[in-house]
Amino acid sequence: MKVKAKFKNDITSVRVLAKHPMETGRRVNKETGEKIPAKYIQELTCEYDGKVVFVAQFGTSVSQNPYLAFAFEGGKKGESIQLRWNDNTGDIEKTDATIK
Amino acid sequence: MDISRRKFLNLLTIGSTACFALMTPLTAWAAWASDAFNATKPEDAYKNLFGSTELIESDQVKLKVPKIAENGGAVPVSVKTSMKNVDSINIFVKDNPQPLTASFKIPSGTIPDISTRIRLAQTSTVTAVIKADGKLFSKSQEVKVTIGGCGG
Amino acid sequence: MTMRTRLSLIIIACLFACAGIVSATPEEDKKAFQKFYMQKFPGIALEDFANGVYSIDQDAREQWEAMNDFPPYEDDLEIGEELFNTPFSNGKNYASCFENGGINIRQNYPRFDTERNTVITLELAINECRTSNGEDPLPYKKGDLARISAYMASTSEGSLINIIIPNKGDGLTAYQAGKQYYYSKRGQLNFSCSNCHIQNVGRKARSETLSPSLGHPTHFPVYRMKWASLGTMHRRFDICNKQVGAQPLAAQSDAYKNLEYFLTYMSNGLPVNGPASRK
Repeated sequence: MKVKAKFKNDITSVRVLAKHPMETGRRVNKETGEKIPAKYIQELTCEYDGKVVFVAQFGTSVSQNPYLAFAFEGGKKGESIQLRWNDNTGDIEKTDATIK
Repeated sequence: MDISRRKFLNLLTIGSTACFALMTPLTAWAAWASDAFNATKPEDAYKNLFGSTELIESDQVKLKVPKIAENGGAVPVSVKTSMKNVDSINIFVKDNPQPLTASFKIPSGTIPDISTRIRLAQTSTVTAVIKADGKLFSKSQEVKVTIGGCGG
Repeated sequence: MTMRTRLSLIIIACLFACAGIVSATPEEDKKAFQKFYMQKFPGIALEDFANGVYSIDQDAREQWEAMNDFPPYEDDLEIGEELFNTPFSNGKNYASCFENGGINIRQNYPRFDTERNTVITLELAINECRTSNGEDPLPYKKGDLARISAYMASTSEGSLINIIIPNKGDGLTAYQAGKQYYYSKRGQLNFSCSNCHIQNVGRKARSETLSPSLGHPTHFPVYRMKWASLGTMHRRFDICNKQVGAQPLAAQSDAYKNLEYFLTYMSNGLPVNGPASRK
């Protein structure tokens, strides 16, 4: 995940770009004629200071390499936020980012 | 590695708390709303997600989405509001195979202002539904999707 | 079309049609070219034409700005920088082939080499650097060559395009050949570049808004969402030709090089802003 987190005027703004194919399960492999199985992020969460500040739940209608922008009150420069996503096949990715 | 007993015990505590935290549901909204996401009609998605299909059209829901999508596979969408006590912000695309596109939970202290990029299978209506104070407020806009002409 | 636009077009057409007889200098051509677009789209600053169709289509521009929150070419740019800084097997590197070590020079390309009497584009120069140092040349339209060119373009960000036509040699002839290609009809659809990008600029061809030629060269190599990858200017020329049902030419052929030379001269004074993303 690429993450940009900025603290300004008491608010931390976060922008995330996750790398994921977000396969809908409806595309057909042109060579084999078979459907490419669905593989998509179902949930992406952000925590700060032990508290969940954001939860995104996705279906297959979210773009490939999902992009998210959100903001929460508080935060502090130099501290970190923890992002985590899990997909429908059980894959997980975790990233920590420093608030700038 | 030389590590003081106190530090080691601290780490153990933090570690086990973290593990415990991971094992328990993160929040009250933890379960992925499979019934809602798998619904093929917007009304069923609303019912499965909210338990209701009563949407109140409101200008307090600020939905920003293009009129003509540059790329149907990545349409930027933003939803925000100045309403208080927002529980969740939800995006639906009427004619998509799965109309429920995304559901964002807004814990207290989080700003009800989100942006993301979504897929539109064809020209359709994008609806933002904000759940606040137990009610559902909505705003819709049509987005045209083209395959592209000479510039394509 | 307004009377004023029609008049401007007639003036430009005359200038170009009579190029051989009435000596309209490249400088005069450029002034007329830029004036046409400034009049056609009042309120748009000259440098904003570097953003192509996004300078004239607000709805599209907002989507483009949203996409550029995390520019899609970022990874390619990083690879390009790494490739640029990696020495060849013989120990030399790209910096040794270029003025100023290859940094902040994009705005001077294409340039006319008076000794070899031909147009040298940046992509051509990159490959010649490779072959003169014992490396295999790279394909011209996409891939690593585009990444290296993109990196070099990025070091020129903001520098104003400054194409020069030298007094000696056939620079002027190359320029005129490029200009002729631009205004000549071709293909099954019998379109010239100018039919879309001058006469019908801002209008739609099916669902696509036609972009101004002014500013086209500033943002190459370009990351097209449609290609999901970087491409050089000659890659785009190929598609333009195919779209009008004309035979595409080889990348770095004389016709394409001359066209690039002419087009870039027309954008003299605009800032380099490559690589950039487009639809």
